[in-house]
Amino acid sequence: MNRTGKSVLLLGATSDIGRATALTYATAGWDVQLAGRHLESVQREADDIGTRSGANVSVHRLDILDSDRFSDFVMGLPVLPDTVVCVIGELGEQDRAEKELHHASLVMRTNFEGPALFLGLIADLFAARGHGTIVGVSSVAGDRGRASNYVYGAAKAGFTAFLSGLRNRLTKAGARVVTVKPGFVRTRMTAGMKLPGLLTAEPKEVAGAIFAAAEEKRSRDVIYVRSIWWPLMTVIRSIPEPLFKRLKL
Amino acid sequence: MILEGWGRYPRLVSEVFDCRTPADAAEAVARRHGVIARGNGRSYGDAALGDVATLICRGIGRMKRFDPETRLLTVEAGVMLSDILDAFIPRGYFPPVVPGTKFVTVGGMIASDVHGKNHHRDGGFGAHVASFKLILQDGEVLNCSRNENADLFFATIGGMGLTGVITEASFHMKPIETGWIHQETVVAEDLREALAALQAADESSYSVAWIDCLARGASLGRSLIFVGEHAKREQVVAHKAERETFPSPKKPRLSLPMDLPAWALNRTSVSAFNAAYFRAGVRKAGAPSLVHWNPYFFPLDGIHQWNRLYGRSGFLQHQCVVPDTNALPVLSEILERFAGSGKGSFLAVLKKLGPGTGLLSFPMPGYTLALDLPVTEDVFPLLEEIDKVIVDAGGRLYLAKDARQSRQTFEASYPQLAAFRDIRRATGGDARFASRLATRLGI
Repeated sequence: MNRTGKSVLLLGATSDIGRATALTYATAGWDVQLAGRHLESVQREADDIGTRSGANVSVHRLDILDSDRFSDFVMGLPVLPDTVVCVIGELGEQDRAEKELHHASLVMRTNFEGPALFLGLIADLFAARGHGTIVGVSSVAGDRGRASNYVYGAAKAGFTAFLSGLRNRLTKAGARVVTVKPGFVRTRMTAGMKLPGLLTAEPKEVAGAIFAAAEEKRSRDVIYVRSIWWPLMTVIRSIPEPLFKRLKL
Repeated sequence: MILEGWGRYPRLVSEVFDCRTPADAAEAVARRHGVIARGNGRSYGDAALGDVATLICRGIGRMKRFDPETRLLTVEAGVMLSDILDAFIPRGYFPPVVPGTKFVTVGGMIASDVHGKNHHRDGGFGAHVASFKLILQDGEVLNCSRNENADLFFATIGGMGLTGVITEASFHMKPIETGWIHQETVVAEDLREALAALQAADESSYSVAWIDCLARGASLGRSLIFVGEHAKREQVVAHKAERETFPSPKKPRLSLPMDLPAWALNRTSVSAFNAAYFRAGVRKAGAPSLVHWNPYFFPLDGIHQWNRLYGRSGFLQHQCVVPDTNALPVLSEILERFAGSGKGSFLAVLKKLGPGTGLLSFPMPGYTLALDLPVTEDVFPLLEEIDKVIVDAGGRLYLAKDARQSRQTFEASYPQLAAFRDIRRATGGDARFASRLATRLGI
């Protein structure tokens, strides 16, 4: 197996998309750093990825809501990675988020505050070094707020805007930022939901799209995993608000 | 939820528990009596249908470690053989035994003690398993190997999931120089020649015969015998210098998007196919060729959902083994009955087997014949008669394929059944673990 000598840090490594993405990088010859809240679960994925690919895989404990520890975490990494991929996401429950402030806050902090603060820290280091790629997995739900999931959507919209600003700032410094909007994905997060086949990607497909956008097609800044989402979301974004507010989407 | 095996017969209702970790499985086991673990659902009949509840174990699918020195691979039981091939063929390692499809889990391969084209030489998958972890009826997890809990080890290999839930297993991979198979095709004009050719290939790594089970008279049992070895590097360079040493599998190109209507497969169409296939084989015989590992070992995996070939009512696969002694007259009689009924299919396989490993392992020294039959009313009495011939000859049927054999046939043909039942009773497995197969056969 040809090792590239490059390394990637995966945040949210125990999710289905995180797992598939880590394996894609490992198979391409990258060293992989996996971060997650439960070290035991992260270790299980690390063993799997290491055994399947023969890659070097290290595990690191990270709670995305515990920003006080971010600096120590980054200093504890074996090397500052070439690429950081954040696939952290918490769909939550919309009706609960409407009634329980605590739940709404958890969704907002997990999808926006934590990832943004962490990637902001990484951005400084990448800018100082003069290279590095940040991949943020955001969501089509952030393209326009809808009654069915606007708490999650708003957090993702914030994250999308943050990544956009980060890209604007880092381009001059030689670092890249890629925003990925997967659309529907068949994962544990969506298990039991009825998903339209044409719009629904497999985790492996998302991983392939992330790797291609971040490492191969270096001109891509913002991607939808399935291209059909682009015209679809363009239409949804362009519906006038007086009409949109009456729609059930 | 309605569950079915690969043969799509029978279809039965079972509760399902989705298990993502070994701990999930232990918890689910404790919740119900009458549970069975299910891997990828590729057993044909009712082996992976829980009597009350079925544990969906694909999520217990992480690889754990591989030691290149000893070539010992440890994986969770829900890991698919296809994933192992994808990960290890490019690194020059091959599983010790592979069945006719790669879409099976390691847990399923142990529970069915699957055999491959190398059984005559290397034994079944169980013969290569060093150890595994087993969840017992009370949720306790036991390590089982030839030295540790050996009685459970040999009961679980081929034990159809009835001793507990396998969550993890270790086995030795073997080194290969290339991902190609050096294949020779031998033509046998009748059954006697076919058995002789398989016997003659005893020293070869892999051998299997495709048999025309509709040919009659002087052509009864006419076959093409495919003999193979893992190709050496210089053989690949000499044959196909431009080829990759370890070719990757291609995605299935063909797919059956719907059930074929019942009339599509009939005596005329299948006979015509078989005759054409045999003639094509005769033309190609003699000259050795290099075959990609994927179509060599898993030809039917190339057609996605080929089980729809037999229509909505599903099909039965009848796989028997008959002992060496008298194999020729016994197999002749079986083939006569199939050919006479006109019910044979084009997917008939003849193969030499060696001894089995587990108490309920299917293989015994002898010859195995497998063929597919669409489910129709008149096929059941035909198979009942054929089973009598098999049992009288000292043979038996493969539980992983079975959906219909009688309890009498089963009890008369698995001599270590009593020992298996004793171990189930002693570990409390008899009260906890039950598939529809187990209930039907009184295992």
